[in-house]
Amino acid sequence: MTINQEPDRYSLQPKKFVLWLFIVSSIIFFAGLTSGFIVYSGGGARKALNVDLPKVFIYSTIVIILSSVTMHLAYLGTKRLKFAQQKLWLWVSLLLGIVFIALQVYGWAVWTNLGIFFINSNATISFVYAFTFFHILHIVAGLIMIITALKSSYGPVPTVTNSFRMDITSIFWHFVDIVWIYLYVFLLLNR
Amino acid sequence: MSSIAINNPSAIHHDDHGHAHHHETFLTKYVFSQDHKMIAKQFLITGIIMGVIAMLLSVLFRIQLAYPDHSFPLLEVLLGRFAPEGRLDPNFYLSLVTIHGTIMVFFVLTAGLSGTFSNLLIPLQLGARDMASPFMNMLSYWLFLVACVLILSTFFIESGPAGGGWTVYPPLSAIPKAMPGSGLGMTIWLIAMILFVASSLMGGINYVSTILNMRTKGMDLWKMPLTIWAFLLTAVTGILSFPVLVAGVVLLIFDRSFGTSFYLSDIVIGGQALAHEGGSPILWQHLFWFLGHPEVYIVIMPAMGIISEVMAVNSRKPIFGYHAMVYSLIAITVLSFIVWGHHMFVTGMNPFLGGVFMITTLIIAVPSAVKTFNWLATLWRGNIRFTPAMLFSIGMVSFFISGGLTGIWLGNASLDINLHDTYFVVAHFHLVMGSAAIFGMLAGIYHWFPKMFGRVMNPRLGYLHFWLTFVAAYFVFFPMHFMGLDGVPRRYYAFTEFEFMEKWMSVNVFVTWSAILGAVAQIAFLINFFGSIFFGKKSTENPWEANTLEWTTPVERLHGNWPGEIPTVYRWAYDYSKPGHPTDFIMQTVPHSETMSSNLPHDFDGNEVAEKIQEEWNLAHNASKNPEQVK
Ligand code: HEM
Ligand SMILES: [Cu+2]
Repeated sequence: MTINQEPDRYSLQPKKFVLWLFIVSSIIFFAGLTSGFIVYSGGGARKALNVDLPKVFIYSTIVIILSSVTMHLAYLGTKRLKFAQQKLWLWVSLLLGIVFIALQVYGWAVWTNLGIFFINSNATISFVYAFTFFHILHIVAGLIMIITALKSSYGPVPTVTNSFRMDITSIFWHFVDIVWIYLYVFLLLNR
Repeated sequence: MSSIAINNPSAIHHDDHGHAHHHETFLTKYVFSQDHKMIAKQFLITGIIMGVIAMLLSVLFRIQLAYPDHSFPLLEVLLGRFAPEGRLDPNFYLSLVTIHGTIMVFFVLTAGLSGTFSNLLIPLQLGARDMASPFMNMLSYWLFLVACVLILSTFFIESGPAGGGWTVYPPLSAIPKAMPGSGLGMTIWLIAMILFVASSLMGGINYVSTILNMRTKGMDLWKMPLTIWAFLLTAVTGILSFPVLVAGVVLLIFDRSFGTSFYLSDIVIGGQALAHEGGSPILWQHLFWFLGHPEVYIVIMPAMGIISEVMAVNSRKPIFGYHAMVYSLIAITVLSFIVWGHHMFVTGMNPFLGGVFMITTLIIAVPSAVKTFNWLATLWRGNIRFTPAMLFSIGMVSFFISGGLTGIWLGNASLDINLHDTYFVVAHFHLVMGSAAIFGMLAGIYHWFPKMFGRVMNPRLGYLHFWLTFVAAYFVFFPMHFMGLDGVPRRYYAFTEFEFMEKWMSVNVFVTWSAILGAVAQIAFLINFFGSIFFGKKSTENPWEANTLEWTTPVERLHGNWPGEIPTVYRWAYDYSKPGHPTDFIMQTVPHSETMSSNLPHDFDGNEVAEKIQEEWNLAHNASKNPEQVK
């Protein structure tokens, strides 16, 4: 008659839902930033993004897409109870995540060397730095989740816990991946 | 008929308990508690303390407004350098207004209100043992407390608290040397606000997840009390709007501390042009009000939910138009995201855009009016019990009406050109938001005090508190309409400095004394609240004879809420005075099989078997359906 089950505090469903809601608020955050960009750049021709994005962003995009693939492999490994596979692919994803951050930071260095600074009378450029900075913060959060997932794949935790952590880690990681693609496409379209 | 097999023994929850009770120390029980009822009380008491502080701040600046040229040596004793020679320092006046607004809007009416009642009522009214993530819930309180401490700490720094108004518009907020209130105080304000938003998001995410996932058997969405609907939509509104404030605030921090120019352009201070170029202060207003307007509904919707519940209970009638109430809450939630421009009519926005915002703004009056009429219809011909909670609920409706009407004036772009930034706006939002939401919160406190502390508050002190506060609030805010119509601007330090404002001095004196009366009235509340915690009359399990689930929990307030199984729900929350039933309320846990004499066809949601059984019963007991024979 009803779909509700006796709720108990060990149920993981509500906790997973918490993650989804957190993702929603993150989306709103980036939507807020990018709307700010649009409002700002609507203010006149001098306020448009008039320089090329660092080339390295293409490579970082490829890296993060790859990391989503490896994350999915780790997830599949867990599903099939092949924990060696889970560990391997988690390590690879962790590494790719770190490489991604390095590439983004390199992108900042490229711009700075060209004299395109964060502190700029054209705030669209400051916006690009802000977008990438806050996205990196999300990546860092994702890396921390990967590390917890790794820990539980080694540690003496029940398989349910391990696979739950794996589950939410992969959801979050795909999310930060998609956020970057959104930001990148957004910037390409608004150049 | 609609009986559901109750299986699931409380096995799981038992060992859960053994576990939780074992190492309960003072610290885990009262300080780092993860129990939603304790967290609710922490939010409430922190909220009350912050409310009292913010109220005292307002009394201080009201004294300045009434007696701008007087010297009060006592002030210098109390405030030191903020009141040299017994007169408030102008910059400190601005800080007082700013911090008063910030604390009231965010710390009292957002965290204090939602934090208290969502935490208390969501698990209790839905039949859950706790929140989806009790740990995050605890974190939410502690972040809130740190934010409170930070904001208050700015009174102790050299340059004083932030002074740019609660909306912290740049450039004042973006240039540390613009004025004392733009300095360190503003930096701390921004940090406190980020912590506050983190706290609100954690709370809100928890509320939504709990409501959508952890309802007891039989509690489908359309059986939820209106309180829960209101908390749900409030939390959703918060999740969808607070992150935008964070986005705005971090950009502001970049401008202040790193030298970017998101909001700044062409600024000259002391004859020197600043390096900031190309920014737009209007951008901040967009980002701020995209949160700011939903925020005012984040403040009022929980109050709406609370008073809907209190009014139904104390009118002994079903809430009028339950579905309409829910749909209008949903409409308000949706619309509140597309009206923010009405705060920006005079920023030189495109008149066409202004027209669009004007239309959306005026449309939001419709669901608001629907709710108002439904409350009035609930009162109509009820067997009203004038408990203090009921009085405060009626007071809330009164304020909502008188403040909402002026919203319609302000919502017209052409009228707003005259009224913007005058006392008319101050009158509008203090009635519709300030007073109404505070009254909703007070109604909730009087009503659910027994659920929090196992005792009942003293009704006599409650009546005294109500009447004094009610009268004082109208005395304070009503005259401000006329000042605003005369063009008197808000946030001005001394009316004596401007000839056209001087004639309002006598009104200012009246308003100030009314504000002092209102502040004094709160002593009755504080004595009642803190006194009743220890000495109040012991409450019974269901002191108001209400239908909702929280009144099936024991007075002792257990960890896990129900000693045995969580009760099952069979009906909506508003079966009050149902014809044919011997008592004037039927709790949600009573199955229809036990109320054959009062069931109506639509109670069965089209369940044909049940309808059949009822029809047979009706035939067999035909006599009692005959009106003459009903006692
Ligand atoms: C009938 C529906 C309402 C309409 C049409 C309306 C319209 C407006 C308008 C146009 C303004 C801007 C005035 C100005 O600055 O020139 C305003 C200000 C304000 N309104 Fe309303 N309002 C309504 C209901 C509410 C409600 C329900 C609340 C809160 C619960 C609220 C809270 C506020 C606040 C806090 C401000 C002032 C913000 C500030 O500048 O400090 N309003 N309202
Ligand atoms: Cu508004």
